[in-house]
Amino acid sequence: MLRRELLKTGAFCVAFSLASKNRQAFAKSATPADAGNAAFSPNAFIQVLPDGQVRLTIPNVEMGQGIYTSEAAILAEEMDLGLDQVIVDHAPASPERYTMPLQATQLTGGSTSIRGSWDVLRSAGATARLMLINAAASRWSVRPDSCEAKRGVITHIESGRSLDYAMLVDDAQRQSVPDVVPLKDHRRFTIIGKPWQRTDTRDKVLGATRFGIDAQPPGHKCAAVIINPVWHARPRLQNAPLPAGAHEIVALDDCLAVIADDFWTASEVARTLSVEWDYGRCTPFDTAQLRKAMNHAASNAEALTARHDASWSGRTPAESAEYEFPALAHAALEPMNATVACRKDELEIWIGTQAPGRVLDAAHRLTGFPKERIQVHNHYLGGGFGRRVETDQVEQAIRIAMKVDYPVKVIWSRATDIRRDLPRPPFLDRISAALDDDGFPIEWTDHITGCSIFTRFAPQFMREDGVDPDTVDGADNLPYSIPSVHVRWTPFDMPDERPIGWWRGVGPTHNLFRVECFLDELADHAGIDPYLYRARLLQHSPRLLKVLHLAAEKADWHRPLDQGFGRGIAVGKAYESYVCAVVEVDATSTSEIRLTRCVCAVDCGVVINPNTIVAQIEGGLIFGWTAALWGELTYAAGAVEQSNFHDYRLMRMNEVPSIAVHLVESDEHPSGVGELGTAIASPALANAVFNATGFRCRRLPLVPAIAEHVQSNSGGLKQRLDNLVSSFTRQGGEP
Amino acid sequence: MRSTFTLNINDERRTVTAPPRMPMLWVLRDLLALTGTKYGCGIAQCGACTVHLDGKALRSCVLPVGDVGDGHITTIEAVGRTDNGEKVQRAWMEIEVAQCGYCQPGQIMAAVALLNERPAPADFEIDAAMSGNLCRCGTYPRIREAIKLAATGKTDAMRTLVIGPSADSEVKEP
Ligand code: FES
Ligand code: FES
Repeated sequence: MLRRELLKTGAFCVAFSLASKNRQAFAKSATPADAGNAAFSPNAFIQVLPDGQVRLTIPNVEMGQGIYTSEAAILAEEMDLGLDQVIVDHAPASPERYTMPLQATQLTGGSTSIRGSWDVLRSAGATARLMLINAAASRWSVRPDSCEAKRGVITHIESGRSLDYAMLVDDAQRQSVPDVVPLKDHRRFTIIGKPWQRTDTRDKVLGATRFGIDAQPPGHKCAAVIINPVWHARPRLQNAPLPAGAHEIVALDDCLAVIADDFWTASEVARTLSVEWDYGRCTPFDTAQLRKAMNHAASNAEALTARHDASWSGRTPAESAEYEFPALAHAALEPMNATVACRKDELEIWIGTQAPGRVLDAAHRLTGFPKERIQVHNHYLGGGFGRRVETDQVEQAIRIAMKVDYPVKVIWSRATDIRRDLPRPPFLDRISAALDDDGFPIEWTDHITGCSIFTRFAPQFMREDGVDPDTVDGADNLPYSIPSVHVRWTPFDMPDERPIGWWRGVGPTHNLFRVECFLDELADHAGIDPYLYRARLLQHSPRLLKVLHLAAEKADWHRPLDQGFGRGIAVGKAYESYVCAVVEVDATSTSEIRLTRCVCAVDCGVVINPNTIVAQIEGGLIFGWTAALWGELTYAAGAVEQSNFHDYRLMRMNEVPSIAVHLVESDEHPSGVGELGTAIASPALANAVFNATGFRCRRLPLVPAIAEHVQSNSGGLKQRLDNLVSSFTRQGGEP
Repeated sequence: MRSTFTLNINDERRTVTAPPRMPMLWVLRDLLALTGTKYGCGIAQCGACTVHLDGKALRSCVLPVGDVGDGHITTIEAVGRTDNGEKVQRAWMEIEVAQCGYCQPGQIMAAVALLNERPAPADFEIDAAMSGNLCRCGTYPRIREAIKLAATGKTDAMRTLVIGPSADSEVKEP
């Protein structure tokens, strides 16, 4: 039997669905198939095992965000268990049973895990606890409310009699499922809110964690892939003798795979092989053409309306700007890889994926094997960032494995990982505002041009009006009090229609940047401090106002800075959370911009684990600054030009500023933190650069843009012309 | 073109047959199944593959097996047996540096090598020693703190609580 038996017999099990508030307890002989009626299909399970362990089986994937520990904490809290008494188990790939509430399939992404599971997990845990208490009370013939539970032991307070949960497994199954269960008061939390060490930490430090790339099933061989960086190119097959060291060369219609005993030998052979390509279906575009095409679409193609306030009348704007964003790579440190064994009538896959359900679907589609005959062993992910929700690489590995009779591990070289990435798409956004007498916006007009990811990835999430909700996230739901807003989106396709993908921070990464930088421009235009300017527009957003004030206070906002230093602020709501960042830069050197300090205030509802939340914010900020400073995929002849970390720069230790993260105490529903830092990092940085240099950067990444600016201002021809023109104008002439 | 090498890895003698040019990274991972050492870039740009050769940090992706001779190779699997290795790993857990964890074996190997040279490194020395190790998850602030904690036993950073029977009933604030 391929599938691990999900439920151990002899356990008291509460099955629940992360998609609804239904709960159901079922008997020890229950199997997942008969566990629920047709209307209720549970996708998560709490099992109280006879040995006293409590096992939580959930469909989320651990990517270093600490989700297992957080979910264990929620369950332990409501069940009155110790955190050490809970084991969190990853649910095997089975989209039918493990569909996430906020996603269409079994997938971890979009900062939805805690948002989706908080309520249901708490109420499921409370249900299990109440049923166990009811079981104990009825055994002792006492009232349930005369009993209390602690660390998995129920005690009748008066008599001091006690029973372990484990001893009540059978009795609890006979209890009816209560309709209403009280949840614990936040003030009584003893586990939630503490900086627990994640359960995966120890192995990660000892080097014992197994990532997808570490899978070594018996008899496996390694494959290096030769695939053209130009999309749709096909290798021409030639019958050359097998090079020394190679075990086999597998040809697919879009790539070749060199298979050897080890990955290095496979790569060496692949490197020396000369392959001819058929470029018949390719579109050899370059970056300049891509930008031109976007510009053309923005000016000429049809725009869909995402928001149109009735009061918006199209007044002449006082300020307008165009912001441009490049394509970005994920560059997770673990290159894309998958190991696949294709046997006569079954398939086994070893992979680290954010979307086991999608992997299973793809495997089923490619092989035709029934899903019961496909096993996905999910491993730890060496970085997800949205890249590992895709199945392009594993599909290639499956197609290779279908042609050989041993398990094959397919690893993409770093160059292939970057050049065949499904990147964060480029955007070209035009924004303008009409202002009142004090310089505050009364009409706000925003026009986004860029690719839709949902159209390909999950079309069911497209809005009824045809708008991709992600492309306008952060733009059509502005937190500022602006009387009239008009937001439009023009869909755009990459010139060769190559797929583009999710990237940490998704839509808000470009929308928050533009909104927050443009707001800074307006504040400057009005001659008002950018922090106070925002505060005035946020009077109706109390949670945002709170993080704004908190960050400004902790950053000592009004403290003067030396010449050449600058401070910038950005605030925003994303993934249901509220964040404000203040960034300080040192721009005294002409050759670089140094970040010196960042203060960040976050309101993400109830703080489940401050340790992991702060880590996510720190990491998210660095991810955002990396992109803002250097991130850009450029194209030549249809191919990405970057190939490794020397030309796709990541922030390094010596470039990281001091970061202070302040969490707001809150009783609100917990919300996403994994992408929050990324989205707020870049506008705060760009605003600080403006503050330091007077240069408003409207095209990312910053470093090349600043270099260009410095060059043109260092006594170059352009500046001399500018000076001439302005002195001429000052003297009253027509330029 | 293949030769046989007897290597000293983690204080054990291991014999492998490989082309002399084959980088130690792949000897460790694919021939010896020591998968703690990671592949990130293959061109000495990321540090994920960092190991020690006689206590010094080296990028194993560009270290040919033929150049190792009888030098002592130490990998993440065994670095905890050394004093500094143990200290660094403990600090790494205490303030929870790792996120996805993929770069961490390399970070830890680089940090231990730094402490081998400079028992109490200043900030600029930490920056210099660690700037060759990339972390896509952005764990740098904690790496810096953990190195200081390992060196001095002191930190202002948030310490984690270890899950265990005694930990959560009476929680003491860290
Ligand atoms: S893999 Fe060796 S430095 Fe990146
Ligand atoms: S922890 Fe993920 S790359 Fe460093």
